[in-house]
Amino acid sequence: MAASDALLEVSDIHTYYGDSYVLHGLSLSLTPGKIVVILGRNGMGKTTLVRSIAGLTPPRRGEIKFEGRPLTSTAAYGIAQRGIALVPQGRRIFKSLTVRENLMLPTSTLAKSKKRASHTGKQWNLKEVLDEFPQLADRIGNLGSALSGGEQQMLAIGRALMANPSTILMDEPSEGLAPKLVQQVQEILLRLRSEGHAILLVEQNLGLALAVADEINVISSGRFVFHGSSDELSKNTEVLDNHLGVAKGH
Amino acid sequence: MTAIILQAINGLSLAALLFLLASGFTVTFGLMRVVNMAYGAYYLLGGYIGLSVMRTTGSFELAMLVGSVAIVILGFFVDRFLIRPIGSNHLAQVLLTVGVAFFIGEVCLAIWGGDSLKIQLPSYLRGSVELPGGIYYPKLRIALIAFGILTATSLWLLYHKTQIGAVVRAGVDDREMVNAIGINVDRLFVLVSAVASFLAGIAGVVGGAFLTLNPGAEWDILVLALVVVIVGGLGSLEGAVLGSIVVGLLDAYGRWLAPDFSYFVLFGPMAILLLFRPTGIFGKEH
Ligand SMILES: Nc1ncnc2c1ncn2[C@@H]1O[C@H](COP(=O)(O)OP(=O)(O)OP(=O)(O)O)[C@@H](O)[C@H]1O
Ligand SMILES: [Mg+2]
Repeated sequence: MAASDALLEVSDIHTYYGDSYVLHGLSLSLTPGKIVVILGRNGMGKTTLVRSIAGLTPPRRGEIKFEGRPLTSTAAYGIAQRGIALVPQGRRIFKSLTVRENLMLPTSTLAKSKKRASHTGKQWNLKEVLDEFPQLADRIGNLGSALSGGEQQMLAIGRALMANPSTILMDEPSEGLAPKLVQQVQEILLRLRSEGHAILLVEQNLGLALAVADEINVISSGRFVFHGSSDELSKNTEVLDNHLGVAKGH
Repeated sequence: MTAIILQAINGLSLAALLFLLASGFTVTFGLMRVVNMAYGAYYLLGGYIGLSVMRTTGSFELAMLVGSVAIVILGFFVDRFLIRPIGSNHLAQVLLTVGVAFFIGEVCLAIWGGDSLKIQLPSYLRGSVELPGGIYYPKLRIALIAFGILTATSLWLLYHKTQIGAVVRAGVDDREMVNAIGINVDRLFVLVSAVASFLAGIAGVVGGAFLTLNPGAEWDILVLALVVVIVGGLGSLEGAVLGSIVVGLLDAYGRWLAPDFSYFVLFGPMAILLLFRPTGIFGKEH
């Protein structure tokens, strides 16, 4: 892939929490209509990578470029305004807001940027999101705290879409979901890809990851130890064994 | 019977005053986790400024306006240049803002002296009204209760029925996530903090007419406001309403029935409540 196709380019980032050195030089790039998957065991730095890109834990060294311009010194809200949406680990929906308020928040004038280049893909609005997630339509007036885990996950995805992002960062969206809901997440991912969103997907669900990935990176202790396609990963028993804890002959 | 009702009105009028101070404190804390112990001093300074305006112009409305706007400006500078640079360490915030409060207290002492002063009421708030049942009651206290209800209702509508209110509530839930959806929480905080300072300034002018302004009054009122916030639950507007009513009534009945133990009447129930609900009545785990 030519570098010029990339919407988001992460080059050799090093991220710390205080003195604790977590990401040891990671690079990747995201392209419209492609899903890049990050796999790795607990505590290896997947969320830290997402937080680094979203500006919540900015990297101390390295560069992140979005649409060709550096993001590294932009605050988290500015990064979101440029069109990068986050579906965080643990959903983090606003529990004391209703479903409707959760969804409308990213459309607040406070969240709008004048500089934002509008992307060419589908434009989401409340109706579109509710059509995509019928379970939310039924609970539109309920507080976030009253939702089931699955509903909260759909709300977290819907909230991200309401910002009409070009790029979506999803951190373990299938965590704790029943198989049927994992299936729904998979369908949404494929749909978003076909609509031209650039997607970074952190997953521990290998099945989901292999099914949707255009490209997979395996992370171990803050370094990528594998980069390749789903097929290549399926054949790489060394990586599957040592870094993903999948038994031989998977 | 009459005395019971009179004390209830006393308690509710104090509750209205406390609500003005506590609502701002609780929402700013909820949003930014900033502990600002200078709110009591904001109240006192707002009151003294109102007093001077009242003396020179004779307009109570102007006194409220100038007193509160002055506190908005002061509050902005304290937030921006003192509190923000020290970051999120609560102990540092407490020490810093207690220092600010002492400084403001000294300035007030130098300008307005050590005597207890009272803001003169405009004629329409002087005297008493006859309540049903033949009870006479000072107009000011009735007006204060009405003002408290009006303020609480306005804040409730702002907080629960507007988009900006939804953003603030979201920020109380999860500030980082509000940033992550593209909203500059720091800028939002400037707005919320301005409303809080405004209310503290108004409270000072109203309190200067209803109670007295004197050195130390800032700590008396702050302690009561803190009890309100702790009982109601940090970050909850409903909690501030309920906490104000509870504290106002306990204070009034405590002073009346057990004047020697009035502090105990206030703090005893608070301690017991906190044993069972450490986050206060409406508080959430954070
Ligand atoms: N706020 C923090 N402060 C200090 N260390 C942290 C913090 N958050 C994470 N870490 C540490 O950084 C490392 C990477 O954590 P991270 O959350 O990125 O892992 P992860 O791959 O997302 O794990 P999981 O699969 O459990 O979500 C871990 O060792 C973790 O203990
Ligand atoms: Mg994680």
